[in-house]
Amino acid sequence: MSEKVKVTIDNIEIEVDPGTTILNAARMIGGDVVPPAMCYYSKLKGSGGKCRTCLVKVSQGSAKDPRPMPKLVASCRTTVMDGMVVQNITSPEVVEARKGVVEFLLINHPLDCPVCDQAGECHLQDLSFEHGKDQSRYEFKRRTFEMVDIGDKIKLHMNRCILCYRCVFTADQITDNRVHGILGRGDASEIGTYISKAIDNDFSGNVIDVCPVGALTDKTFRFKNRVWFTKPVDAHRDCDKCCGKVTLWYKGEEVIRVTGRKDQYGEVDEFICNTCRFDKKKTSDWTIEGPTKVDRHSVISSNHYDEKELLPVIDRKIF
Amino acid sequence: MESLTNRKKVLEQKPMTFAERMYLPAILSGLTITLKHFFKKKATIRYPEVKREYSTNFRGIHSLKRDEEGRERCTACGLCALSCPAEAITMIAAERKPGEEGLYREEKYAATYEINMLRCIFCGFCEEACPKEAIYLDGDIPPASFDRENFVYGKDKLVEPIHKK
Repeated sequence: MSEKVKVTIDNIEIEVDPGTTILNAARMIGGDVVPPAMCYYSKLKGSGGKCRTCLVKVSQGSAKDPRPMPKLVASCRTTVMDGMVVQNITSPEVVEARKGVVEFLLINHPLDCPVCDQAGECHLQDLSFEHGKDQSRYEFKRRTFEMVDIGDKIKLHMNRCILCYRCVFTADQITDNRVHGILGRGDASEIGTYISKAIDNDFSGNVIDVCPVGALTDKTFRFKNRVWFTKPVDAHRDCDKCCGKVTLWYKGEEVIRVTGRKDQYGEVDEFICNTCRFDKKKTSDWTIEGPTKVDRHSVISSNHYDEKELLPVIDRKIF
Repeated sequence: MESLTNRKKVLEQKPMTFAERMYLPAILSGLTITLKHFFKKKATIRYPEVKREYSTNFRGIHSLKRDEEGRERCTACGLCALSCPAEAITMIAAERKPGEEGLYREEKYAATYEINMLRCIFCGFCEEACPKEAIYLDGDIPPASFDRENFVYGKDKLVEPIHKK
């Protein structure tokens, strides 16, 4: 069955390969039609289906069976059928359900954005800003944990975790044996590495990049600066372990953070190794390619009045 | 040409009478007005010694507040600096060490916090942006100085003193 199937999302028709999920079909269209996703990560096998933010309404199951699906479905886990009609932002039911999901995600989230290093590039912050209510009805104590050091470079704030399992899938993919997982069940579940055992793998730093919230943060960048005061620059170096393509975050002429290159959905293009991430923090280590394209409405591009004024490390002759 | 409003008054210039030409009555009446003001309430105040009351929404020098237990409220989130249209605020954050819980409210605090009073336009955006109710523009007018360095206010001048009960 190699024929393309036709699917309509928010009145936009698109032909995709069979087996594609609704979310990925919507991403092929792009724009406002794309449902937000907190747990699905296209580079991680098996991710998705945990957070329920990507709920959509299927108002027509397929061409053969045009009955609507009885409940809202998670678009990251539902594959398209020929003649399927999906409603995302055009359905008030979906918008209302998403508000509820955001409220549930925020139940145990501490809202310590002023302290959190992820603020400014946090998916939960964006999600609650765009889809959430401005008040919570939760009146009970939020669950609290002690901070944990996973190795000497990664800090785990379990309070902020929304249990998306992305880091667990990352750890599963980069290692042969299971070193990082979820302990406990339900409300008591928490990310753990069995007695704070370090994940000593060359790619362990990627759990920082995949974390949609500030639960896993870079200890070398901890409280150094706010994300929106730093300037991202694309750079690369010859690395024998990874692709070496990264984003450097500059403050003045100093590299204060190195991350993988992220696309418009906040997903890294390729995983980078710990040497690139934690140890190479000098401009001389890198070949600068140019400034990273930042969305104009992002807080990262705010207060940068003169866009033509490039960082001194960028070669002016290229531009 | 006919005027548009009909409010035009034609001024007649008569030649002055003898009494008017004397000028003395006019001078005397003017001097009495001047003399009366000697005994009236003064319109000015002696400024540095005497100060007028500020209006309730006056915005002066910033102060960084402490909470009920005397801990600094500021957590160096940078939202004041982000909202500042004059880019007058800079800060460096630091992590609270164990044992400093009585000094700082959150696990992160501002190790240095500087406001350049020459840049500041006293718009009050920082006050509005602050999520921790840490900064208020409730002070005085910044005093004059001969050196520019004296207008960069650090934490020593901004953080309010611990209240003694």
